[in-house]
Amino acid sequence: MQLWAWFTDPAHWTGPNGIPARTWEQVVMSLLAMGIALVLALPVAVLLGHRRRGVLLATNVSNVGRAVPTLAVLIILASIPSIGVGDTAAVLALALFAIPPLVTNTFAGITSVDREVLDAARGMGMTAGQLLARVELPLAAPLIVAGIRTAAVQVVATASLAALVGGGGLGRYVVDGFALQDTTVILAGAILTAGLAVLAEGLFAALERVTTPRGLRSRSAHVAPIADVLT
Amino acid sequence: MPADAANPWLSWDYVTSHWEELLAAGREHVLLTVASVVLALLVAFPLAMLVRRYRVLLGPALSVAGVLYTIPSLALISLLWPVFGLSPLTVIVALAVYALLVVLRNTVVGLDAVDPDVVDAARGMGMDRRGILWRVEVPLALPAILAGVRIATVSTVGLVTIGALVGYGGFGSLILSGFQQNFWHAQILTATVACVLLAVLFEVALHWLQARSAPWARERVR
Repeated sequence: MQLWAWFTDPAHWTGPNGIPARTWEQVVMSLLAMGIALVLALPVAVLLGHRRRGVLLATNVSNVGRAVPTLAVLIILASIPSIGVGDTAAVLALALFAIPPLVTNTFAGITSVDREVLDAARGMGMTAGQLLARVELPLAAPLIVAGIRTAAVQVVATASLAALVGGGGLGRYVVDGFALQDTTVILAGAILTAGLAVLAEGLFAALERVTTPRGLRSRSAHVAPIADVLT
Repeated sequence: MPADAANPWLSWDYVTSHWEELLAAGREHVLLTVASVVLALLVAFPLAMLVRRYRVLLGPALSVAGVLYTIPSLALISLLWPVFGLSPLTVIVALAVYALLVVLRNTVVGLDAVDPDVVDAARGMGMDRRGILWRVEVPLALPAILAGVRIATVSTVGLVTIGALVGYGGFGSLILSGFQQNFWHAQILTATVACVLLAVLFEVALHWLQARSAPWARERVR
Protein backbone atom coordinates (compact mmCIF):
# COMPACT_ATOMS: atom_id res chain seq x y z
CA MET A 1 0.00 0.00 0.00
CA GLN A 2 2.81 2.38 0.94
CA LEU A 3 4.52 1.29 -2.22
CA TRP A 4 1.45 2.22 -4.26
CA ALA A 5 1.37 5.61 -2.53
CA TRP A 6 5.06 6.11 -3.34
CA PHE A 7 4.58 5.36 -7.01
CA THR A 8 1.45 7.52 -7.35
CA ASP A 9 2.96 10.50 -5.53
CA PRO A 10 3.45 13.11 -8.29
CA ALA A 11 6.54 14.42 -6.44
CA HIS A 12 8.36 11.23 -7.39
CA TRP A 13 7.77 11.85 -11.08
CA THR A 14 9.41 15.27 -11.40
CA GLY A 15 12.74 16.96 -10.66
CA PRO A 16 16.31 15.64 -10.67
CA ASN A 17 15.44 12.80 -8.25
CA GLY A 18 12.23 11.86 -10.08
CA ILE A 19 11.70 8.52 -11.76
CA PRO A 20 11.98 9.89 -15.35
CA ALA A 21 15.26 11.71 -14.58
CA ARG A 22 16.80 8.67 -12.83
CA THR A 23 15.68 6.34 -15.62
CA TRP A 24 17.19 8.68 -18.19
CA GLU A 25 20.50 8.76 -16.24
CA GLN A 26 20.61 4.98 -16.27
CA VAL A 27 19.80 4.82 -20.00
CA VAL A 28 22.47 7.42 -20.88
CA MET A 29 25.11 5.63 -18.80
CA SER A 30 24.20 2.36 -20.52
CA LEU A 31 24.31 3.87 -24.02
CA LEU A 32 27.71 5.46 -23.40
CA ALA A 33 29.11 2.23 -21.98
CA MET A 34 27.76 0.19 -24.89
CA GLY A 35 29.19 2.71 -27.36
CA ILE A 36 32.66 2.46 -25.84
CA ALA A 37 32.51 -1.33 -25.62
CA LEU A 38 31.31 -1.73 -29.21
CA VAL A 39 34.06 0.51 -30.57
CA LEU A 40 36.71 -1.41 -28.62
CA ALA A 41 35.40 -4.97 -28.97
CA LEU A 42 33.87 -5.35 -32.42
CA PRO A 43 36.83 -4.44 -34.68
CA VAL A 44 39.23 -6.60 -32.67
CA ALA A 45 36.86 -9.58 -32.57
CA VAL A 46 36.00 -9.28 -36.27
CA LEU A 47 39.67 -9.10 -37.24
CA LEU A 48 40.65 -12.01 -34.98
CA GLY A 49 37.74 -14.03 -36.32
CA HIS A 50 38.59 -13.20 -39.93
CA ARG A 51 42.19 -14.31 -39.45
CA ARG A 52 41.03 -17.21 -37.26
CA ARG A 53 43.53 -16.23 -34.61
CA GLY A 54 43.30 -15.71 -30.87
CA VAL A 55 40.90 -18.55 -30.04
CA LEU A 56 42.23 -18.70 -26.49
CA LEU A 57 41.83 -14.98 -25.96
CA ALA A 58 38.33 -14.84 -27.40
CA THR A 59 37.04 -17.75 -25.37
CA ASN A 60 38.81 -16.96 -22.10
CA VAL A 61 37.86 -13.31 -21.94
CA SER A 62 34.42 -14.45 -20.74
CA ASN A 63 35.90 -16.55 -17.96
CA VAL A 64 37.92 -13.57 -16.79
CA GLY A 65 34.77 -11.42 -16.89
CA ARG A 66 32.99 -13.96 -14.73
CA ALA A 67 35.72 -14.22 -12.12
CA VAL A 68 36.22 -10.48 -11.57
CA PRO A 69 33.46 -8.90 -9.46
CA THR A 70 31.78 -5.90 -11.11
CA LEU A 71 31.48 -4.12 -7.78
CA ALA A 72 35.24 -4.37 -7.23
CA VAL A 73 36.10 -2.89 -10.64
CA LEU A 74 33.54 -0.13 -10.12
CA ILE A 75 35.00 0.80 -6.74
CA ILE A 76 38.61 0.58 -7.93
CA LEU A 77 37.85 2.95 -10.83
CA ALA A 78 35.98 5.35 -8.54
CA SER A 79 38.97 5.30 -6.13
CA ILE A 80 41.42 6.38 -8.82
CA PRO A 81 41.79 10.13 -8.18
CA SER A 82 41.76 11.09 -11.88
CA ILE A 83 38.43 9.29 -12.40
CA GLY A 84 36.74 9.87 -9.08
CA VAL A 85 33.27 9.00 -7.83
CA GLY A 86 30.24 9.36 -10.03
CA ASP A 87 28.89 8.32 -13.40
CA THR A 88 32.26 8.26 -15.24
CA ALA A 89 33.58 5.41 -13.13
CA ALA A 90 30.32 3.55 -13.68
CA VAL A 91 30.37 4.04 -17.47
CA LEU A 92 33.95 2.74 -17.67
CA ALA A 93 33.22 -0.28 -15.48
CA LEU A 94 30.09 -1.09 -17.48
CA ALA A 95 32.02 -0.80 -20.76
CA LEU A 96 34.72 -3.18 -19.47
CA PHE A 97 32.15 -5.83 -18.56
CA ALA A 98 30.30 -5.46 -21.86
CA ILE A 99 33.44 -6.40 -23.80
CA PRO A 100 33.56 -10.17 -23.02
CA PRO A 101 30.11 -11.12 -24.42
CA LEU A 102 30.73 -8.92 -27.47
CA VAL A 103 34.13 -10.44 -28.22
CA THR A 104 33.10 -14.04 -27.55
CA ASN A 105 29.93 -13.88 -29.66
CA THR A 106 31.43 -11.92 -32.56
CA PHE A 107 34.43 -14.23 -32.72
CA ALA A 108 32.20 -17.31 -32.57
CA GLY A 109 29.95 -15.86 -35.28
CA ILE A 110 32.77 -15.09 -37.73
CA THR A 111 34.63 -18.35 -37.16
CA SER A 112 31.43 -20.39 -37.50
CA VAL A 113 31.27 -19.51 -41.21
CA ASP A 114 31.85 -22.70 -43.17
CA ARG A 115 35.31 -23.00 -44.74
CA GLU A 116 33.74 -24.23 -47.98
CA VAL A 117 31.58 -21.12 -48.17
CA LEU A 118 34.73 -19.02 -47.84
CA ASP A 119 36.46 -21.08 -50.52
CA ALA A 120 33.52 -20.62 -52.86
CA ALA A 121 33.56 -16.84 -52.27
CA ARG A 122 37.31 -16.71 -52.92
CA GLY A 123 36.81 -18.78 -56.04
CA MET A 124 34.36 -16.15 -57.24
CA GLY A 125 37.23 -13.68 -56.99
CA MET A 126 36.25 -11.85 -53.81
CA THR A 127 38.93 -9.83 -52.05
CA ALA A 128 39.47 -10.19 -48.30
CA GLY A 129 37.42 -7.05 -47.70
CA GLN A 130 34.51 -8.26 -49.82
CA LEU A 131 34.68 -11.63 -48.14
CA LEU A 132 34.32 -9.93 -44.76
CA ALA A 133 31.60 -7.50 -45.78
CA ARG A 134 29.49 -9.75 -48.00
CA VAL A 135 29.96 -13.22 -46.55
CA GLU A 136 31.40 -13.36 -43.04
CA LEU A 137 29.61 -10.43 -41.42
CA PRO A 138 26.12 -11.21 -42.81
CA LEU A 139 26.42 -14.85 -41.80
CA ALA A 140 27.75 -13.90 -38.36
CA ALA A 141 25.09 -11.22 -37.81
CA PRO A 142 22.67 -13.30 -35.69
CA LEU A 143 25.41 -14.26 -33.22
CA ILE A 144 26.81 -10.71 -33.14
CA VAL A 145 23.34 -9.33 -32.40
CA ALA A 146 22.91 -11.96 -29.69
CA GLY A 147 26.17 -10.77 -28.15
CA ILE A 148 25.05 -7.15 -28.28
CA ARG A 149 21.79 -8.16 -26.61
CA THR A 150 23.56 -10.05 -23.82
CA ALA A 151 25.96 -7.17 -23.25
CA ALA A 152 23.28 -4.46 -23.39
CA VAL A 153 20.90 -6.17 -20.98
CA GLN A 154 23.77 -6.80 -18.62
CA VAL A 155 24.89 -3.17 -18.86
CA VAL A 156 21.39 -1.78 -18.18
CA ALA A 157 21.06 -4.08 -15.16
CA THR A 158 24.53 -3.33 -13.78
CA ALA A 159 24.13 0.43 -14.20
CA SER A 160 22.09 0.31 -11.01
CA LEU A 161 25.37 -0.22 -9.12
CA ALA A 162 26.55 3.28 -10.12
CA ALA A 163 24.71 4.66 -7.10
CA LEU A 164 27.10 2.77 -4.81
CA VAL A 165 29.94 5.02 -6.02
CA GLY A 166 28.01 8.26 -5.94
CA GLY A 167 26.57 8.03 -9.43
CA GLY A 168 22.97 8.45 -10.54
CA GLY A 169 20.50 6.06 -12.07
CA LEU A 170 17.68 4.04 -10.55
CA GLY A 171 20.03 2.36 -8.07
CA ARG A 172 20.01 5.73 -6.28
CA TYR A 173 16.64 4.82 -4.69
CA VAL A 174 17.96 1.49 -3.42
CA VAL A 175 21.17 2.94 -1.98
CA ASP A 176 19.44 6.00 -0.47
CA GLY A 177 16.68 3.74 0.84
CA PHE A 178 19.22 1.60 2.67
CA ALA A 179 20.94 4.72 4.04
CA LEU A 180 17.59 5.97 5.39
CA GLN A 181 16.38 2.45 6.34
CA ASP A 182 13.24 3.20 4.33
CA THR A 183 11.77 -0.08 3.06
CA THR A 184 9.33 1.64 0.72
CA VAL A 185 12.07 3.47 -1.18
CA ILE A 186 14.26 0.34 -1.28
CA LEU A 187 11.44 -1.74 -2.75
CA ALA A 188 10.44 0.98 -5.21
CA GLY A 189 14.05 1.19 -6.41
CA ALA A 190 14.32 -2.58 -6.66
CA ILE A 191 11.12 -2.79 -8.73
CA LEU A 192 12.26 0.03 -11.02
CA THR A 193 15.75 -1.39 -11.66
CA ALA A 194 14.38 -4.88 -12.19
CA GLY A 195 11.63 -3.52 -14.45
CA LEU A 196 14.07 -1.59 -16.63
CA ALA A 197 16.32 -4.64 -17.03
CA VAL A 198 13.40 -6.89 -17.97
CA LEU A 199 12.13 -4.24 -20.39
CA ALA A 200 15.56 -4.02 -22.05
CA GLU A 201 15.66 -7.81 -22.35
CA GLY A 202 12.23 -7.84 -24.01
CA LEU A 203 13.16 -5.01 -26.35
CA PHE A 204 16.34 -6.69 -27.49
CA ALA A 205 14.62 -10.05 -27.87
CA ALA A 206 12.17 -8.37 -30.26
CA LEU A 207 15.01 -6.57 -32.06
CA GLU A 208 16.93 -9.81 -32.43
CA ARG A 209 13.86 -11.43 -33.98
CA VAL A 210 13.41 -8.61 -36.45
CA THR A 211 17.08 -8.56 -37.51
CA THR A 212 17.32 -12.32 -38.02
CA PRO A 213 16.57 -13.28 -41.62
CA ARG A 214 13.30 -15.22 -41.85
CA GLY A 215 15.02 -18.37 -43.04
CA LEU A 216 17.36 -18.44 -40.05
CA ARG A 217 14.65 -17.98 -37.42
CA SER A 218 14.45 -20.96 -35.18
CA ARG A 219 11.04 -22.53 -34.90
CA SER A 220 11.65 -23.89 -31.43
CA ALA A 221 10.79 -21.84 -28.36
CA HIS A 222 13.26 -19.07 -27.80
CA VAL A 223 15.73 -19.81 -25.03
CA ALA A 224 17.34 -16.75 -23.51
CA PRO A 225 21.14 -16.88 -23.61
CA ILE A 226 22.92 -17.13 -20.30
CA ALA A 227 24.76 -13.90 -19.64
CA ASP A 228 28.51 -14.04 -19.30
CA VAL A 229 28.60 -11.82 -16.28
CA LEU A 230 25.85 -11.75 -13.74
CA THR A 231 24.91 -8.40 -12.39
CA MET B 1 42.77 4.56 7.02
CA PRO B 2 45.02 7.04 8.83
CA ALA B 3 44.36 10.42 7.21
CA ASP B 4 48.01 11.45 6.86
CA ALA B 5 49.32 8.12 5.54
CA ALA B 6 50.30 7.42 1.96
CA ASN B 7 47.68 5.45 0.08
CA PRO B 8 49.39 2.73 -1.95
CA TRP B 9 47.35 0.16 -3.93
CA LEU B 10 49.75 -2.64 -3.11
CA SER B 11 50.72 -3.01 0.51
CA TRP B 12 52.08 -6.18 2.03
CA ASP B 13 51.90 -4.34 5.31
CA TYR B 14 48.14 -4.22 4.97
CA VAL B 15 47.97 -7.95 4.31
CA THR B 16 50.02 -8.87 7.39
CA SER B 17 48.38 -6.38 9.74
CA HIS B 18 44.84 -7.27 8.65
CA TRP B 19 45.35 -10.99 8.23
CA GLU B 20 42.62 -11.96 10.72
CA GLU B 21 40.11 -9.65 9.04
CA LEU B 22 40.94 -11.03 5.59
CA LEU B 23 40.61 -14.61 6.82
CA ALA B 24 37.22 -13.86 8.39
CA ALA B 25 36.03 -12.22 5.16
CA GLY B 26 37.31 -15.19 3.15
CA ARG B 27 35.52 -17.65 5.43
CA GLU B 28 32.28 -15.68 5.07
CA HIS B 29 32.75 -15.47 1.29
CA VAL B 30 33.24 -19.23 0.96
CA LEU B 31 30.30 -20.04 3.26
CA LEU B 32 27.94 -17.71 1.39
CA THR B 33 29.04 -19.12 -1.97
CA VAL B 34 28.77 -22.77 -0.96
CA ALA B 35 25.43 -22.26 0.81
CA SER B 36 23.94 -20.52 -2.24
CA VAL B 37 25.09 -23.18 -4.70
CA VAL B 38 24.04 -26.08 -2.44
CA LEU B 39 20.60 -24.52 -1.95
CA ALA B 40 20.35 -24.06 -5.71
CA LEU B 41 21.27 -27.71 -6.32
CA LEU B 42 18.73 -28.93 -3.76
CA VAL B 43 15.97 -27.07 -5.60
CA ALA B 44 17.23 -27.55 -9.16
CA PHE B 45 17.48 -31.32 -9.11
CA PRO B 46 13.86 -32.14 -8.18
CA LEU B 47 12.78 -29.34 -10.53
CA ALA B 48 14.76 -30.91 -13.38
CA MET B 49 13.05 -34.25 -12.69
CA LEU B 50 9.65 -32.55 -12.76
CA VAL B 51 10.42 -30.73 -16.01
CA ARG B 52 11.60 -33.97 -17.60
CA ARG B 53 8.47 -35.83 -16.60
CA TYR B 54 6.13 -33.03 -17.70
CA ARG B 55 7.76 -31.60 -20.82
CA VAL B 56 5.11 -28.86 -21.20
CA LEU B 57 6.65 -27.22 -18.12
CA LEU B 58 10.04 -26.78 -19.81
CA GLY B 59 9.17 -23.70 -21.89
CA PRO B 60 7.49 -21.76 -19.07
CA ALA B 61 10.19 -22.83 -16.57
CA LEU B 62 12.97 -21.54 -18.82
CA SER B 63 11.06 -18.31 -19.54
CA VAL B 64 10.54 -17.60 -15.85
CA ALA B 65 14.18 -18.49 -15.30
CA GLY B 66 15.24 -16.08 -18.04
CA VAL B 67 13.28 -13.20 -16.53
CA LEU B 68 14.62 -13.91 -13.03
CA TYR B 69 18.14 -14.04 -14.46
CA THR B 70 17.71 -10.53 -15.87
CA ILE B 71 16.89 -8.97 -12.49
CA PRO B 72 19.98 -7.20 -11.13
CA SER B 73 21.34 -8.68 -7.90
CA LEU B 74 21.08 -5.27 -6.24
CA ALA B 75 17.32 -5.39 -6.90
CA LEU B 76 16.88 -9.04 -5.91
CA ILE B 77 18.73 -8.59 -2.63
CA SER B 78 16.63 -5.48 -1.94
CA LEU B 79 13.40 -7.33 -2.73
CA LEU B 80 14.32 -10.15 -0.33
CA TRP B 81 15.50 -7.78 2.37
CA PRO B 82 12.03 -7.18 3.90
CA VAL B 83 11.57 -10.98 4.08
CA PHE B 84 14.86 -12.06 5.64
CA GLY B 85 16.18 -8.76 7.01
CA LEU B 86 19.87 -8.08 7.58
CA SER B 87 20.80 -11.76 7.62
CA PRO B 88 22.99 -13.99 5.46
CA LEU B 89 19.79 -15.63 4.21
CA THR B 90 18.95 -12.53 2.16
CA VAL B 91 22.18 -12.94 0.21
CA ILE B 92 22.07 -16.76 0.06
CA VAL B 93 18.51 -16.96 -1.27
CA ALA B 94 19.10 -14.20 -3.86
CA LEU B 95 22.29 -15.80 -5.18
CA ALA B 96 20.72 -19.27 -5.10
CA VAL B 97 18.10 -17.98 -7.56
CA TYR B 98 20.80 -17.15 -10.13
CA ALA B 99 22.74 -20.37 -9.52
CA LEU B 100 19.49 -22.33 -9.79
CA LEU B 101 18.92 -21.18 -13.36
CA VAL B 102 22.35 -22.28 -14.56
CA VAL B 103 22.24 -25.61 -12.74
CA LEU B 104 18.66 -26.35 -13.86
CA ARG B 105 19.44 -25.66 -17.50
CA ASN B 106 22.60 -27.77 -17.50
CA THR B 107 20.93 -30.63 -15.65
CA VAL B 108 18.03 -30.78 -18.13
CA VAL B 109 20.35 -30.44 -21.13
CA GLY B 110 22.73 -33.07 -19.71
CA LEU B 111 19.98 -35.60 -18.98
CA ASP B 112 18.38 -34.99 -22.39
CA ALA B 113 21.70 -35.65 -24.12
CA VAL B 114 21.92 -39.20 -22.75
CA ASP B 115 21.75 -41.62 -25.69
CA PRO B 116 18.25 -43.18 -25.82
CA ASP B 117 19.83 -46.46 -26.94
CA VAL B 118 21.80 -46.62 -23.70
CA VAL B 119 18.59 -46.08 -21.72
CA ASP B 120 16.95 -48.79 -23.84
CA ALA B 121 19.78 -51.18 -23.11
CA ALA B 122 19.44 -50.48 -19.40
CA ARG B 123 15.71 -51.16 -19.60
CA GLY B 124 16.46 -54.37 -21.47
CA MET B 125 18.74 -55.41 -18.62
CA GLY B 126 15.73 -55.13 -16.35
CA MET B 127 16.48 -51.81 -14.62
CA ASP B 128 13.54 -49.88 -13.27
CA ARG B 129 13.06 -46.11 -13.74
CA ARG B 130 14.88 -45.34 -10.53
CA GLY B 131 17.82 -47.54 -11.43
CA ILE B 132 18.02 -46.04 -14.91
CA LEU B 133 18.00 -42.52 -13.49
CA TRP B 134 20.61 -43.01 -10.78
CA ARG B 135 22.86 -45.63 -12.35
CA VAL B 136 22.72 -44.63 -16.01
CA GLU B 137 21.32 -41.17 -16.72
CA VAL B 138 22.77 -39.17 -13.82
CA PRO B 139 26.30 -40.60 -14.16
CA LEU B 140 26.27 -39.90 -17.90
CA ALA B 141 24.92 -36.37 -17.37
CA LEU B 142 27.32 -35.66 -14.50
CA PRO B 143 29.92 -33.74 -16.58
CA ALA B 144 27.19 -31.38 -17.89
CA ILE B 145 25.69 -30.98 -14.41
CA LEU B 146 29.11 -30.25 -12.92
CA ALA B 147 29.82 -27.73 -15.69
CA GLY B 148 26.66 -25.93 -14.56
CA VAL B 149 27.79 -26.09 -10.93
CA ARG B 150 31.19 -24.69 -11.91
CA ILE B 151 29.80 -21.74 -13.88
CA ALA B 152 27.24 -21.04 -11.16
CA THR B 153 29.87 -21.19 -8.42
CA VAL B 154 32.34 -18.85 -10.13
CA SER B 155 29.54 -16.35 -10.87
CA THR B 156 28.36 -16.61 -7.27
CA VAL B 157 31.83 -15.79 -5.93
CA GLY B 158 31.64 -12.47 -7.79
CA LEU B 159 28.03 -11.80 -6.84
CA VAL B 160 28.61 -12.34 -3.11
CA THR B 161 30.34 -8.94 -3.10
CA ILE B 162 26.96 -7.22 -3.67
CA GLY B 163 25.87 -8.72 -0.33
CA ALA B 164 27.95 -5.94 1.24
CA LEU B 165 24.77 -3.88 0.84
CA VAL B 166 23.16 -5.87 3.68
CA GLY B 167 26.41 -6.45 5.60
CA TYR B 168 27.13 -9.98 4.31
CA GLY B 169 29.43 -9.64 1.34
CA GLY B 170 32.62 -11.47 2.33
CA PHE B 171 35.47 -9.69 0.57
CA GLY B 172 32.84 -7.33 -0.88
CA SER B 173 32.26 -5.88 2.58
CA LEU B 174 35.99 -5.07 2.82
CA ILE B 175 35.93 -3.53 -0.68
CA LEU B 176 32.94 -1.34 0.16
CA SER B 177 34.20 -0.31 3.61
CA GLY B 178 37.62 0.46 2.10
CA PHE B 179 35.88 2.73 -0.39
CA GLN B 180 33.85 4.42 2.33
CA GLN B 181 36.95 4.90 4.52
CA ASN B 182 38.44 7.58 2.32
CA PHE B 183 39.34 5.37 -0.68
CA TRP B 184 41.60 3.00 1.22
CA HIS B 185 43.40 1.61 -1.84
CA ALA B 186 45.25 -1.24 -0.10
CA GLN B 187 42.08 -2.69 1.40
CA ILE B 188 40.11 -2.35 -1.87
CA LEU B 189 42.74 -4.00 -4.05
CA THR B 190 43.73 -6.73 -1.58
CA ALA B 191 40.11 -7.80 -1.12
CA THR B 192 39.55 -7.69 -4.89
CA VAL B 193 42.59 -9.85 -5.61
CA ALA B 194 41.54 -12.27 -2.87
CA CYS B 195 38.07 -12.50 -4.41
CA VAL B 196 39.42 -13.21 -7.90
CA LEU B 197 41.83 -15.82 -6.47
CA LEU B 198 38.91 -17.51 -4.74
CA ALA B 199 36.98 -17.62 -8.02
CA VAL B 200 40.00 -19.11 -9.82
CA LEU B 201 40.42 -21.66 -7.04
CA PHE B 202 36.79 -22.78 -7.36
CA GLU B 203 37.12 -22.84 -11.17
CA VAL B 204 40.21 -25.05 -11.08
CA ALA B 205 38.84 -27.40 -8.40
CA LEU B 206 35.48 -27.87 -10.11
CA HIS B 207 37.13 -28.23 -13.51
CA TRP B 208 39.23 -31.04 -12.10
CA LEU B 209 36.13 -32.67 -10.65
CA GLN B 210 34.30 -32.25 -13.96
CA ALA B 211 37.13 -33.96 -15.84
CA ARG B 212 37.20 -36.79 -13.29
CA SER B 213 33.44 -37.28 -13.64
CA ALA B 214 33.78 -38.47 -17.23
CA PRO B 215 36.27 -41.37 -17.06
CA TRP B 216 35.13 -42.55 -20.51
CA ALA B 217 36.37 -39.31 -22.01
CA ARG B 218 39.57 -39.07 -20.02
CA GLU B 219 41.78 -39.38 -23.07
CA ARG B 220 40.13 -36.31 -24.56
CA VAL B 221 40.43 -34.27 -21.40
CA ARG B 222 43.88 -32.86 -21.01
